[in-house]
Amino acid sequence: MFLKAENYRHPAFMDGVRDAAPQATGVAAWGLMTGVAMMNSGMSVMESIAMTLFVYAGSSQLAAIPLIAAGAPAWVILATGFCVNLRFMVFSLHLRPYLMHLPRFERLMHGYLTADMSYILFTRRFAKPGSDSDEQQTQTAFLAGNTCIIWVSWMATSLFGIYLANIIPTAWGLGFAGTLCLVSIFCSLASTKMRFFTAGVAALTAIAAYQLPLKFNILLAIVVAVILSMSLERFRKTPQGYEA
Amino acid sequence: MIFFEGTDVWTVAVIAGLTVVTFITRSFFFISSEEWTLPEWAQRGLQYAPIAALAAVVFPEVLMQQGHFMPTWMDARWVGALVGGAVYFWKRNVLLTILAGMMAYLPLHLLLAW
Repeated sequence: MFLKAENYRHPAFMDGVRDAAPQATGVAAWGLMTGVAMMNSGMSVMESIAMTLFVYAGSSQLAAIPLIAAGAPAWVILATGFCVNLRFMVFSLHLRPYLMHLPRFERLMHGYLTADMSYILFTRRFAKPGSDSDEQQTQTAFLAGNTCIIWVSWMATSLFGIYLANIIPTAWGLGFAGTLCLVSIFCSLASTKMRFFTAGVAALTAIAAYQLPLKFNILLAIVVAVILSMSLERFRKTPQGYEA
Repeated sequence: MIFFEGTDVWTVAVIAGLTVVTFITRSFFFISSEEWTLPEWAQRGLQYAPIAALAAVVFPEVLMQQGHFMPTWMDARWVGALVGGAVYFWKRNVLLTILAGMMAYLPLHLLLAW
């Protein structure tokens, strides 16, 4: 967490800030467009601000916005957000050995603040968890600096986007940039042939089952795509350890 | 008060729920101090769920119009998304993806009303 003195006074803190600064522009554009998209979907100013400040997860926010506008049941929205966020569970499994030396509350806060960009930059910089307390302290301070600049640029631009959406007419279609943000996360995840297959099955199912009430087509598409991918993966495995 | 105009309890509850979802997924393996890990099948499933969820949201969002699959090809959204996706695979940059996608989308949308 970046509010702790022993983190922000540590030299590695600024190191983390500098490392993430170039990426912060992409985060800023994404935050701006999420702010605009929330307002354009008909959410109130208060709701949009609360979502920005607390949910702090662009992909699940953007996935939830059309579902909220369509009046889908709360559990469908939460389940969709959960599935979009499942990649963070993989991150926390990876980061576990780096942060387990911290008290539980601090670990949880670090986890909550570590989004895609911070995870990628942190694990790129530190291939192995710190072996003594000095190294651990350096890594924690680096992560704190990293998450700090990402958090600040997200919050500032997202709130600015909420303000901007009040001036710019919805008809201009700037909310489409929110969809483009989802397109870029989608492309960043489409890293293997198996994942392309998963995406294809999910897209076809979601479109074919579009008439289902309450946006159930999305949950159905996730379930069908994951089950099919896992069973296909079983067939593709060869003794050489065929990687998908 | 403009801030609270149009705010309803249901949406606020959904936002609170999504906050819990973010918190739990991001810190899932930090919660317990015990050494443990997910069963193998669950870890494999985790690899596919996020992209399935995004595909299920993005594709209908871009290709459907009032409940129909592409009633006309004259729609600025699929063009914008296609250009954005191509630029992402080329440059690997979120900012450029948004700019290129919008530059393809806005003229079609505003000038030709696609």
